[in-house]
Amino acid sequence: GPDSDGGSEELVLTPAQLIRSLEQAWLNEKFAPELLESKPEIIECVVEQLDHMEANLKRAKREDLKVSVHRMEIERIRYVLSSYLRCRLVKIEKFFPHVLEKEKSRTEGEPSILSPEEFAFAKEYMANTETYLKNVALKHMPPNLQKVSLLKSVPKPNLDSFVFLRVLERQENILVEPETDEQREYTIDLEEGSQHLIRYKTIAPLVASGAVQLI
Amino acid sequence: ERNQADVFEAKSGRTDLIFLIRFRHCSLLRNQRCILAYLYDRLLRIRALRWEYGSVLPNTIQFHMAAEEVEWFNRYKKSLATYMRSVGGEEGLDLTQDIKPPKSLYIEVRCLRDYGEFEINDGTTVLLKKNSQHFLPRWKCEQLIRQGVLEHIL
Repeated sequence: GPDSDGGSEELVLTPAQLIRSLEQAWLNEKFAPELLESKPEIIECVVEQLDHMEANLKRAKREDLKVSVHRMEIERIRYVLSSYLRCRLVKIEKFFPHVLEKEKSRTEGEPSILSPEEFAFAKEYMANTETYLKNVALKHMPPNLQKVSLLKSVPKPNLDSFVFLRVLERQENILVEPETDEQREYTIDLEEGSQHLIRYKTIAPLVASGAVQLI
Repeated sequence: ERNQADVFEAKSGRTDLIFLIRFRHCSLLRNQRCILAYLYDRLLRIRALRWEYGSVLPNTIQFHMAAEEVEWFNRYKKSLATYMRSVGGEEGLDLTQDIKPPKSLYIEVRCLRDYGEFEINDGTTVLLKKNSQHFLPRWKCEQLIRQGVLEHIL
């Protein structure tokens, strides 16, 4: 099969590995309460892959079985990609002031949670909503009530929600913070291949690094 | 305004008005929150309409929308279209398709109203007349099913 070239620093992935990365990113995004890092390299490669497969299909003769199987594969991949991007858009719209704030206060080396296109979309969504609320309600209110902080009014993602995960790389001494005043903090080790139900906040960095997979 | 008048009096010394002012301010803030919550909830539903019905809203729904809401909807769908075009290849990726995982390639559909001719991949056209049934590629039908032209027969 064709090899897809990733971004400049990425390893060259086989199509099967690429699709697996897409599925991993998709599941993580689906189950994480907050918007995760954007993965432009994966998206770009998958799109290239889909275009390639479509082009192959057009050239193929109408040997029904092979064509059907390939078309099904294209449909499946396209579904996962669309679902992944939709999931991100839903989170961007749901948490728009926080997402924009996080991106604005990002330091140089930190990876971005928004692709440039998503950033533009988020900004437009915010401007659109602010303008609407101002014109329909706020400008008719008494002067001292005309401003509202969307950052304070729109709820933040709940990082304390529980998630299921499978451990991909062994982790030691993960600090678990207490939930109630009676509990104390303790550390746990995560064995490779084990599955856990745990608060997202505790393992958020492990999702980003790929050490665990949300399921 | 009544509150402002009292604030002015309070600043000039009548401290017994402070509680009244704070009470009124709290109710004003609460009213503001209620109004904004109501308006925002309507926006969320309008947003959902774009994903359910597509870019053209049925007249019955538009009738219930304020002019500013229609404006918000138009700006939203433009923003969404720009984003979708930027993803994926030359034509972009229509994210409002493929909402469910694909189960089969071809599906049995019944036509709910006269639509006319409909072209499928290899150039053949199908005449969609009311009550006619067809066995068509799934990805071609999605849009028409959502618009209510075709009905998926399970």
